[in-house]
Amino acid sequence: MSAVASLREIQERVIDANRSGAPLRLRGAGTKDFYGERLEGELLDLRSHRGVIDYEPSELVITAHCGTPLSEIEALLAAHGQFLAFEPPAFAGDPTIGGVIAAGLSGPRRLQVGAARDFVLGAKLVEASGEELSFGGRVMKNVAGFDVSRLLCGSLGFLGIITEVSLKVLPRPRCEQTLVLRLSSQDALAVFNRWGSLPLPISGAAWVEGSAWVRLSGAPPAVRAACQRIGGDSVDAVGAADFWGGLRHCTHRFFDDSTIWRVSVPSNAVLEPGEKLLIDWGGALRWYAGEAMGARARTLASGVGGTAMCWRGQTVQPRFHPLSKTVAQIHRRLKQHFDPRVIFNRGRLVAVETGA
Amino acid sequence: MPPELNPHPAHTAEPPWSDPDRRLSPAAAQAVVEALRTLLPADAVLSSQQELHPYECDGLTAFRQIPLAVALPRTEAEVREVLLTCREHDVPVIARGAGTGLSGGAMPHPCSVVLSLARLNRILDIDPVARTARVQPGVRNLEVSEAAAPYGLYYAPDPSSQLACTIGGNVAENSGGVHCLKYGLTVHNVLGIRAYTIDGESIELGGGALDSPGLDLLALSIGSEGLLLVVTEVLVKLVPRPALARVVMASYDDVGKAGDAVAAIIAAGIIPAGLEMMDRKASVAVEPFVKAGYDLSAAAILLAEADGTPDEVTEEVSEVERVLRAAGATAIAVSSSEQERLRFWSGRKNAFPAAGRVSPDYYCMDGTIPRKNLGHMLKAIEEMEERYGLRCMNVFHAGDGNLHPLILFDANRSGEWERADRFGAEILELCVQLGGTITGEHGVGIEKINSMCVQFSPRERTAFFSIKEAFDPHGLLNPGKAIPTLRRCAEYGKMHIRHGALPHPDLPRF
Repeated sequence: MSAVASLREIQERVIDANRSGAPLRLRGAGTKDFYGERLEGELLDLRSHRGVIDYEPSELVITAHCGTPLSEIEALLAAHGQFLAFEPPAFAGDPTIGGVIAAGLSGPRRLQVGAARDFVLGAKLVEASGEELSFGGRVMKNVAGFDVSRLLCGSLGFLGIITEVSLKVLPRPRCEQTLVLRLSSQDALAVFNRWGSLPLPISGAAWVEGSAWVRLSGAPPAVRAACQRIGGDSVDAVGAADFWGGLRHCTHRFFDDSTIWRVSVPSNAVLEPGEKLLIDWGGALRWYAGEAMGARARTLASGVGGTAMCWRGQTVQPRFHPLSKTVAQIHRRLKQHFDPRVIFNRGRLVAVETGA
Repeated sequence: MPPELNPHPAHTAEPPWSDPDRRLSPAAAQAVVEALRTLLPADAVLSSQQELHPYECDGLTAFRQIPLAVALPRTEAEVREVLLTCREHDVPVIARGAGTGLSGGAMPHPCSVVLSLARLNRILDIDPVARTARVQPGVRNLEVSEAAAPYGLYYAPDPSSQLACTIGGNVAENSGGVHCLKYGLTVHNVLGIRAYTIDGESIELGGGALDSPGLDLLALSIGSEGLLLVVTEVLVKLVPRPALARVVMASYDDVGKAGDAVAAIIAAGIIPAGLEMMDRKASVAVEPFVKAGYDLSAAAILLAEADGTPDEVTEEVSEVERVLRAAGATAIAVSSSEQERLRFWSGRKNAFPAAGRVSPDYYCMDGTIPRKNLGHMLKAIEEMEERYGLRCMNVFHAGDGNLHPLILFDANRSGEWERADRFGAEILELCVQLGGTITGEHGVGIEKINSMCVQFSPRERTAFFSIKEAFDPHGLLNPGKAIPTLRRCAEYGKMHIRHGALPHPDLPRF
């Protein structure tokens, strides 16, 4: 049996694993099995530890057990006119909220509202000893103790099992409009950066296949004024949902390619256009498809102060951008303290770990 | 009952310098000062009692301690040399910005070197296209916005002390301000830092690109109160200045109603640029000094700011007015000019100085609670005022549930500070009990270290020490702050019981 329903069962599995030294592979719905350096260990399916614990729309906070499906949380928020503004990717499935935070990925709205980690208010962690620790809370501002709950966002199980999260939610924008303009990738980057320094309610700025796509979200007068300023052709609601959903969930046909690099750079960085390029986050995220770019992506990104990860295809090790020496040493020491026998997601976030 | 737990994987010893009573031999102390003098110019090392005096405390003046020496480096290389020297001599390092902190985070240890970053005060680069500013830690918060103003940009976090406080200090405390409900805290507005470890290794976290590989050590470092790294450069995000801002001021005859009005605004799908509340005691105290035109008959005043394009602001203001009226506002005023907007805000921003004028001393608290418990908290504070025999005026960042009760006392009257201290601790314990936290934006420092024993279990505090050890294995960076040792918590527990006033015996964590 790999499924665990209660906290107690999770703790027992951890205690057993820490005793025997046999690693655990933490998993929610498995939508991100492709993500990270490697998968190792006995499966620990966390989907049964589920359920929304607390949600009060006027507090702008939702708290849920790690196994709660994203679809359940989004439906509950939608019923109150709210949403997870960082637009976590679901890929082609229905991830758990624990998996969403453990991966820490964010969708196209990041350029306006911030990333997954910006919405994490609190988290509970089952550490290698089996004890459940609580960090952060359910309030907007909290500087008591180190910000461990944000540290857990994107940690891919490095420090332990995220068993509960509290997230800030936002009201859905009252008005939204998408525009499309025929532009070269260079021109698109130039206008994205120019518009970014103006008080315009831009919640999406992407470029693919010769077209720039701009999404405006906010109060109706602000959206109307911005539409006039930006120009281009209006896209209907269905077409807009289709396009931004395709970017958010990586289901756009661009992502069909067998090799994909994800390159994170300053939004105004000049990189070679590449043959198959998709730009998101107003220029701060560049996706390259096909083997032509290959490992050169890493050199190019480093050259402009960015990072590149091999999202899919090619046998590049490590897949994530390598850490600097000092940063890697801090990772090793944290692992030594939190998980000395390396039972949690061995080798998934960072290849360099303390010897088990 | 939870299953039987494994023994903790890695025993973390309590860092020796957490002990405020530990001392160096006079010869060892002299050697530290001499070593600093060989590295830095004469004006960059202070060691006489007279020179050290201004560094004995920060904005929390109730806690004071003269350090061993103060180092005032001008360059990153000098910062590194100071760190290496302190490491070599095994003495603590207290990083310090402008010293405006309110939790004693920059209060020295008697054997410490205070590392002032005030002379690293240059704005290195403003990139109007990428909308970023690269600044040294000693640059003042407001200076960044002033330098970005020609491009129509500004730096969003605006703590009330923004005229004086530094970006480095803001990073250490994860500072907020009155606009953070909409624009976020320091952690949401800093893209990257460059810093040094106690071993003199340089480290870059985050940067101009949004994603970084590995753990989010940038988020961890922000708000770490000088316990992990010494920051030497900060890359901040600049945002476009809204075309217009207007503020709606509403009066309520009951603080509970005002609290409900705040919830009603959020429930209507509005996130105002600022959403603040003052009780009558606060508005009565500030009005004679700022002449903001506050309604002194109101039990509570709410300030809600709308910003954006002129059309957008007009629409939001009328929506906010509608919601506030429906929630029982007895009077409403809307700012009609920028001058009037600033006047409405002036009282709120000057609440602390006003408290200093109406009372010889005041003690500012900083707990955060879920907004729905605001009414409950205010009633409890009223009851505590009676019990402790002290007055308390209340200002809140109501939008995010962050309370700043100001306990008024006179330190020259025997027992008043001790009563104020206990009054404050009781407010913080109630914050934890109501599902909140002991500090929203001022930090733990030395001030709230005992209250940390209430909010976190021994295992959680051990996890904090593990993190500190991963960055600072020798325990030299700001020791004794932010995280209480197990021994300290044990003593705090005993003290509480001895006073016979354990305020919330049903607290699950105690």
